[in-house]
Amino acid sequence: MSNHVLRPLFVVAVLVFLGLLARHFIVPKDFGIGRTGYMYGWHRKSNVEDWKAVKVKYRTAEYCKDCHSDKIDLIMTSPHAIINCENCHGPAVDHPDDPPKLPIDRSRELCLRCHFPLPYPTSGRGKIRGINPELHNPGQACSTCHNPHKPELSIQ
Amino acid sequence: MITRRDFLKYTLKGAAGLAVPVAALEIAAPGKLFAGKYDPSGVRWVFLVDTLKCVGCGLCVKACKLENEIPYDANVTRTWVERYVLTKDGRVSADTPKGARDGFLTEKVELGQGKYRDIKKEEIEKAFFVPKLCNQCQNPPCVQVCPVGATYQTPDGVVLIDRKWCIGCGYCIMACPYGVRFFHPVYHVAEKCNFCYHRITKGMNTACVDACPFGARKIGNMKDPNDPVAKIIASERVGVLKEEYGTKPQVYYIGLSKEVR
Ligand code: HEC
Ligand code: HEC
Ligand code: HEC
Ligand code: HEC
Repeated sequence: MSNHVLRPLFVVAVLVFLGLLARHFIVPKDFGIGRTGYMYGWHRKSNVEDWKAVKVKYRTAEYCKDCHSDKIDLIMTSPHAIINCENCHGPAVDHPDDPPKLPIDRSRELCLRCHFPLPYPTSGRGKIRGINPELHNPGQACSTCHNPHKPELSIQ
Repeated sequence: MITRRDFLKYTLKGAAGLAVPVAALEIAAPGKLFAGKYDPSGVRWVFLVDTLKCVGCGLCVKACKLENEIPYDANVTRTWVERYVLTKDGRVSADTPKGARDGFLTEKVELGQGKYRDIKKEEIEKAFFVPKLCNQCQNPPCVQVCPVGATYQTPDGVVLIDRKWCIGCGYCIMACPYGVRFFHPVYHVAEKCNFCYHRITKGMNTACVDACPFGARKIGNMKDPNDPVAKIIASERVGVLKEEYGTKPQVYYIGLSKEVR
């Protein structure tokens, strides 16, 4: 073949080589096709470990048992037994080391998530006793009268 | 001059020659790279939502945002709860204020642009709540469109996003028929629910499952015949969202209504 064919071919070969070389350095060593195949499996393998290493923040009521068993014993006898402590007190993370105290949310909105009356017969919501926040002791924290861990009325 | 015979010969040879480098270009042989380590082949994570039990308290949304470090006041969330109110005049009103992070504190249904529809008790035909999250599809369209391999399906069926590798092009956000993907306000990369992968791989429940007081959310392993969730999905009447898209979603719903999109 003549020169004017070989020369551009050579240029193309060099470009391809440079491309492959660049890719060799840019693409991480552990990038490849996982078990899920060509269609859905391309990934950087170490990313799976990155996701597994995310810190667990919600520790569940099991974790509170050792130190706040009084609260657990109390709430277990009430209709609020179904509500996990951290739903009202926020994620425990490393409490009591960090944070030493969990926040106490005394807002009425916390309780109204479930007790705002929504008359929906075809959902579980319709069965929870609701109170009209504008008429039911407005302006006062619910916990001044109801113990959130045992809301049945025994004025504290 | 090149003859027709020669031309065809060269073309054939060239094509054959090209086919070899294609195999050589493969970055790593499938299987080889992952052989011999963690074996998730006995697991296929599935999710079960019981819409009959959901009361719209939004504690799952709160828990998800805090557990997964989604900026609390940004109007994006990995999971959210929709409210559907069907009135006797045949109208469907649906809303999800802030993704129901604070629950539903009014009977007025948000219509957008600061408008609300006030619905009287007598007008209601039926009303219910539907929690939504990533469906971890068996055929995830979001993964197919990713140009850089930054989102992928793990062998146990969860679709993850590589925050270092994502270039933020947003194709996957457009491709998801369920609208579960969004840009993370801090990292500026695609973000979505991953079934709390850091929890389920440690034998825990997802944060939203633990947060739900009413048992409306459950996670299970479809490959375990004794798994209570797998049993329900296999033997009871469950539905999935937008089945016609062929994505094979793996979040199953009890009590799904045709109004739910
Ligand atoms: C290792 C023991 C320990 C565990 C486990 C623990 N706590 Fe605490 N908690 C403490 C201590 C100590 C304090 C600080 C008490 C003080 O200073 O008055 C505290 C304070 C609190 C407070 C604030 C009380 C106040 O008066 O302000 C709350 C709320 C709380 N804990 C909730 C929880 C919840 C919910 C859990 C489970 C997720 C939990 N704790 C797990 C030891 C513990
Ligand atoms: C429905 C929401 C709710 C739930 C669920 C809940 N709490 Fe509380 N908790 C509160 C509120 C509100 C207060 C503040 C009470 C007050 O104002 O006296 C409080 C106070 C506390 C305190 C400190 C004050 C005290 O009385 O000593 C502790 C400790 C505590 N809770 C622990 C727990 C634990 C442990 C659980 C889980 C078993 C739990 N809580 C579940 C709402 C809740
Ligand atoms: C996650 C939903 C939820 C939240 C949040 C919640 N509750 Fe309840 N509450 C319930 C359920 C469910 C019942 C039982 C059904 C009923 O009595 O209507 C109940 C019952 C009650 C009762 C009636 C108890 C009885 O038997 O007389 C009171 C009072 C009450 N809650 C007060 C509160 C207060 C105060 C708060 C905020 C600290 C609160 N609730 C937060 C779900 C919730
Ligand atoms: C000043 C005291 C006080 C405050 C504050 C208060 N309550 Fe009550 N609550 C009562 C009393 C008394 C009753 C029982 C009599 C009644 O049904 O009104 C009651 C009853 C209830 C009931 C049962 C209703 C029923 O139909 O049986 C619920 C639920 C309830 N309260 C929730 C709340 C919530 C949520 C808040 C905060 C937004 C709150 N309460 C604030 C005093 C209070």
